[in-house]
Amino acid sequence: MKQTLTYRGTSHKPDTPTLDMQEVSLAYASVNRKLAKRETAVNALEKITFQAEPGEQIAIIGPNGAGKSTLLKVAAGLFKPNSGSVKMFGYTPDRHICIAYVPQRSEIDWQFPVTVADVVMMGRTRQIGLLRRPGKRDREIVQASLERVQMGHLARKQIGELSGGQQQRVFIARALALEANLLLMDEPLAGLDGPSQEATLDILQSLRPDKVTVLLATHDLGVAAERFDRVMLLYKQIVALGPAAAVLTTANLAAAYGGYIPASKNGTAPYMATSG
Amino acid sequence: MDWLLDPLQFGFITRALIAAVLVGIVCSTLGTYVVLRGMAFFGDALAHTILPGVVIAFLLGWPLAVGALITGVLTALGIGVLTDQGELKEDTAIGIIFVGMFALGIALLSTSGNYTIDLAHFLFGNLLGVSTTDLWVMLGLGTAVLLTVYLFYKEFLLISFDPILAATLRLPASFYRYLLLVLIAVTIVTALQVVGIALALAMFITPAATASLLTRRLPSMMGIAAGIGAFSGIAGLYLSFYMNIASGAAVVLVATLIFLIVFTFAPGRGWVW
Repeated sequence: MKQTLTYRGTSHKPDTPTLDMQEVSLAYASVNRKLAKRETAVNALEKITFQAEPGEQIAIIGPNGAGKSTLLKVAAGLFKPNSGSVKMFGYTPDRHICIAYVPQRSEIDWQFPVTVADVVMMGRTRQIGLLRRPGKRDREIVQASLERVQMGHLARKQIGELSGGQQQRVFIARALALEANLLLMDEPLAGLDGPSQEATLDILQSLRPDKVTVLLATHDLGVAAERFDRVMLLYKQIVALGPAAAVLTTANLAAAYGGYIPASKNGTAPYMATSG
Repeated sequence: MDWLLDPLQFGFITRALIAAVLVGIVCSTLGTYVVLRGMAFFGDALAHTILPGVVIAFLLGWPLAVGALITGVLTALGIGVLTDQGELKEDTAIGIIFVGMFALGIALLSTSGNYTIDLAHFLFGNLLGVSTTDLWVMLGLGTAVLLTVYLFYKEFLLISFDPILAATLRLPASFYRYLLLVLIAVTIVTALQVVGIALALAMFITPAATASLLTRRLPSMMGIAAGIGAFSGIAGLYLSFYMNIASGAAVVLVATLIFLIVFTFAPGRGWVW
């Protein structure tokens, strides 16, 4: 059983979902200003209600401005909703430190003088503790986390020297080193070529035994349909949530995308939309 | 070798040399964060805002460092609060405080007799006038800064590289941000006598920017920056001694020259290659 790092005495209530949102609404003005500066468009969320169980992998799709990033930040405890409740293992997310949030690629300074191992070690900051240096065990965990995403041999590279797909895998390794129970990824596949996307998705599959809950925002309907347990179609509200076949219907997509239905990245037709 | 040793027979030169090396090391080490976090304008502004504090201390006969420290920390915190509100753009908020405080300093100083000479010392440093007491103050403040940078290394690194991870790990990011501002203020105080207010920025960003072209790891960037800062201090002082040019300016010119050489010839990343 994985040891979970607790914060301010918050233990995880047994038999509770990883994430439980009830009637969560968020208006623009309540968004934390410091973080809001970095948003190009901050969207309101309206009455979001859903649960994510341990180990479940959910794809969040929706047009630009649908609130995908905002929803992920609410789940991370970075934004507080105006109304409704967010619970993670029975407590508000801001009382948890077992959340790994992988930001959009544009939010990271890739020229920063840190190595791959340095970036993964940052995930251990809490476990190492204030005024302490990383120990042998921390270094072993970092290396093991990198091995699990097949990046062990690149540990000493500067983070900017890696390809986009490799950088995503480093951030997944950091989630492993952090011992995260909830992995939030904001469009990790954007800008990656086909094989890199496949490699990233394969690594997410390999996290299944760890019971890490994954919420991943993407524009790619095909990927969402093929690789995830459930698909959430978001446009400020949850338009539909469930198995891909039930969610990706013409009517639902039209409701979320306003008539325009995006094609899959690889050029094929959008995921088979059935009427109804 | 006489040309190296000759100047050292003067006590004031030896003190100046120690001060220049000390300031070169401390400024350049902390300067890596100024460069990486894009705080160059903030650093320059902060240096200028300490003028009124220095002038008040000077007029009252207190140690300059005391006045500088008080205004430096106050304005660092003041700018932090102004930009936290989010009503003004950060560079606008900094600009307002920066010029306002600088004007206050000039106004205060203009009430004293030796206005132009004193102003020149504050603006461009008075390296050859460093006293033994000044040295001890610099050593104390410099050690405190380096120790803090060492103790909170992983936290400063984290808030600089990935503020969102710092937030999800529920670290007190604001505390570390303010701590960094205070460290910059304290370091400017140590640099005051060596290069002065107007040139202090160079000691923060030039060696650190040079180092960033030579390495891709933060600890070695700090080490290289500190080395360049210390060397610039020594070489600048000798340059000043033999060519009879202002010492603060000489130190900065050496650092700038090293930057230009590295920028041109840096292996793999320079302008030539």
